[in-house]
Amino acid sequence: MPFFRKPDTEALWKDEFSIHTADERYVSRRQFTKFLTLASLGMFVGSLWILARSYLMKGAVFPRATVAEAREIPVGGVKLFAYPTPADRCILVRTGENEYNAFSQKCTHLSCAVYFERETNRLACPCHHGYFSATDGSVLQGPPPRPLPRIVLERRGQEFVAIGVKVG
Amino acid sequence: MHGYEFYVDPSRCIGCQSCLNACEECETHRGQSMINFDFIDRKGTTASAAFVCWHCDDPTCAMVCPADAIKKGEDGIVQSSLKPRCIGCSNCVLACPFGIPKIFPEREQMMKCDMCYDRTSIGKRPMCATVCPSQALAYVRPEQIAWRREKPANVFYFGKQRITTKVHMMVPADTEAISLDVLDHIWEATDAVLSQA
Repeated sequence: MPFFRKPDTEALWKDEFSIHTADERYVSRRQFTKFLTLASLGMFVGSLWILARSYLMKGAVFPRATVAEAREIPVGGVKLFAYPTPADRCILVRTGENEYNAFSQKCTHLSCAVYFERETNRLACPCHHGYFSATDGSVLQGPPPRPLPRIVLERRGQEFVAIGVKVG
Repeated sequence: MHGYEFYVDPSRCIGCQSCLNACEECETHRGQSMINFDFIDRKGTTASAAFVCWHCDDPTCAMVCPADAIKKGEDGIVQSSLKPRCIGCSNCVLACPFGIPKIFPEREQMMKCDMCYDRTSIGKRPMCATVCPSQALAYVRPEQIAWRREKPANVFYFGKQRITTKVHMMVPADTEAISLDVLDHIWEATDAVLSQA
């Protein structure tokens, strides 16, 4: 049966309840089993691929990138940057006079962007009220299952250089 | 299928009923004959006629089936009802103008001639055609039937309903289509007949 039927070609009931075996859309038990088997095989291969990729990524070399200057951030201020790729948004928080912490901005729950809550000194995710510590990125409250990945910084005079990402 | 066609010629039927017995031997419906066998006029003549399903291009039985149980394959064979679907309502039995489908109340299922699908689909001849001694039921290539005096026709008129079929009927050479109006065969009993009854 074509997806869009031409009007007035044939009675609708003849189309919907076709007498031809070829138009049969009944799914047999065997077809369903085939679908189940192939789908779970696909899921298995997909999981293997994700596993292999995470193993390969362990030894990944991160680029060095200058992300901020110390004097442009006041105490309690933030600076947003992207590291290691332009798609990975990060947040650099100055929590004290000499305390600079950078984290991935992607909430570990469902990837909403976290923001810095100065009053409570924590990173908040507005989507489901997940809270992370602004000093070490650990989960304080809410649904996130893992702490925020930390961006390892190196201070060179006034400049901050990102040298890696530490997960967990 | 496989270049063969089915031809029915009632004028050749000698009433031996071999086809009925051969049909019963079929493994898919052992013990049940799917042939429609008729004595035309038992009192007046020895004429008889054996019919198989005509496998209409637009099968009435399948069109009236409320359970969507009767299906026609791409090879033009109208199959018996699907067992998981058939509800045994007899709609097809009443609707078929040829009177082909048979209802089996104990099984609540309709079964009909499927031209021995297990045989014909692999190029063998149907059971009935293999045994018919006068070839009133013939499963041959079209060029083999051409030498007969009659000619094959597969257009039927039942009143206003026009039916074209896969199985051919052998008709007189000057006939194009077989026409039958039920009204022509309804007669009003005279008083003499009624008094006898």
